[in-house]
Amino acid sequence: MTSSQGCIDAAPSFKTAPIDVLTSCKDVQVGLYPEDASSAALLPFVGARVEAGFPSPAEDFIERYLSLDELLIQDKASTFIVRVQGHSMIKDNIHPGDILIVDRAKRARPKSVVIAVLDGELTVKRLMKDDDGYYLKPANQAFPVIRLRQGSDFQVWGVVTFSIHKHEE
Amino acid sequence: MSGPLIALADANNFYCSCERVFNPRLEGRPVVVLSNNDGCIVSRSNEAKALGVPMGAPIHELKELVREHGIAVYSSNYPLYGDLSRRVMTILGRYSWQQEIYSIDESFLTLTGIADPVQHAKEMRADVRMRTGIPIAVGLGPTKTLAKLANFCAKKLDPWRADGVCNLAAMSSAELAQLMAGIPVDEIWGIGSRLSARLKAQGVQTVLDLKTADQRLMRRQYGVVMERIICELNGVGCLQIEEVAPDKKEIMASRSFGQLVTELTDIEAAVATHVSRGAEKLRRQGSVAALISVYIRTNPFRAQDPQYSGYMPVPLVVPTDDLGVLQSAANNALHTIFRPGYRYKKAGVLLSGLQGRDVGQGDLFADGPDPRREALFATLDRINGKYGRSTLRIATELSGRRWEMKQGNRSPRYTTCWQELPVVLT
Repeated sequence: MTSSQGCIDAAPSFKTAPIDVLTSCKDVQVGLYPEDASSAALLPFVGARVEAGFPSPAEDFIERYLSLDELLIQDKASTFIVRVQGHSMIKDNIHPGDILIVDRAKRARPKSVVIAVLDGELTVKRLMKDDDGYYLKPANQAFPVIRLRQGSDFQVWGVVTFSIHKHEE
Repeated sequence: MSGPLIALADANNFYCSCERVFNPRLEGRPVVVLSNNDGCIVSRSNEAKALGVPMGAPIHELKELVREHGIAVYSSNYPLYGDLSRRVMTILGRYSWQQEIYSIDESFLTLTGIADPVQHAKEMRADVRMRTGIPIAVGLGPTKTLAKLANFCAKKLDPWRADGVCNLAAMSSAELAQLMAGIPVDEIWGIGSRLSARLKAQGVQTVLDLKTADQRLMRRQYGVVMERIICELNGVGCLQIEEVAPDKKEIMASRSFGQLVTELTDIEAAVATHVSRGAEKLRRQGSVAALISVYIRTNPFRAQDPQYSGYMPVPLVVPTDDLGVLQSAANNALHTIFRPGYRYKKAGVLLSGLQGRDVGQGDLFADGPDPRREALFATLDRINGKYGRSTLRIATELSGRRWEMKQGNRSPRYTTCWQELPVVLT
């Protein structure tokens, strides 16, 4: 049995290339063990609280209710929640005070909204790509773009999968 | 690949690593984390270790060093550490059909039968790092004791240090003997400073010395656990994790059930027993705990049973040895992880974030314990003990600030508190 089938990104990887663990897990019969009811990818999801009296192996017979966790979180272990500060991403529909769902296990692609580490700060930007490679647009348009180079100017901390904007107080 | 293979995965300088996840500026810098009530160092980054910062030292003795080298000093943030621990353990559990959580940042995993265990361990390490930001090291060996030793090698010795993985089972006996001859006996799982002093006094200096010592003689002198340690050093698994205490910093109480258990009430009873035993150890050693964790699991050897394991750390607002608080927290934790319909084999309780029981609001840069303050707190305890907790409280408590522990410099509860989420700049 093979112990892994890695998917290494041919594009410049600015963090450890996420190896497709779930594939390798199936090969060695691991990863099929539910850590909790919401390790979504592999299991039917019941909800943040298990209703008393519903045995988990009988989940197939139960209609489920809507759960925001299920919608927003693919892997609880790698998903984090952050809050936005600043106005420079408004054109990308990300407003100050918004909540972002960030998955550290997602592979960033061109046009992904990412959390990047810039000057030691967690920063939210859209990842761009042109003929010269990957770059981020700075907050102040007057400044040059921030290019990804070997020995990283920036690291990707995670990929933003959802944003939550409050419309009503 | 023949023979049993066990991995011991543990985080590098766990609390410091947790602080770095949301504060990337700390990468490469010396960082220390302090216990809250007495300001003693409970975790150091490698850079802080390199500066000679000793483990367990009170921070007020290190003012100069802190100033000179810009050491980042943090108070313990157990809500954060508990949450990151949960994530790390969850990911590790995906790499083995049998996981035994041993402490807040250590887990044994059975890897018997895996074709390329070193590669598997490297992937696991990369996966944990990617998903949580926490760096870990993985040691592999035919027994838990050897896996622990391998973990030490993976962290501290070349050539394994670069990859953070070391497999002792892949070494020839000659190589292994040579390696063991160069490692002091203190590094063995279960051999604390007292035991190692005694051993060294009788000429047992290195791991190799102990491995080759006369088992029966050692048993007579040191007891059956020592004999088992030697047995394990020789490649024969004979220790249950319950037989070896994690270290003074954590208390574990766990037991496998005689029969499989399906009902919540039965597991509640078992957990309550473990909490009592743990609390008793706490009191005996004069400690309080800042974090209590519960884990339950099915029997991984029963392939016919659906498998499930749950682990939930619960940080306590005030570090305590109070049985009522601990029971309540443990019961809550159990309720969040219990799933009906499974046949459970084991339940366990872990008490972490231990610190001295003395009520003290350790000030980061105080000149040391204030005897008048100590006397005040002793009186406070007596009155509260007589008339009920919180009869008398300190003025800062009433002002609404975080009075429970002198927080000094605690980082935000990034993952457990809506008001303290990490802020990302645009």
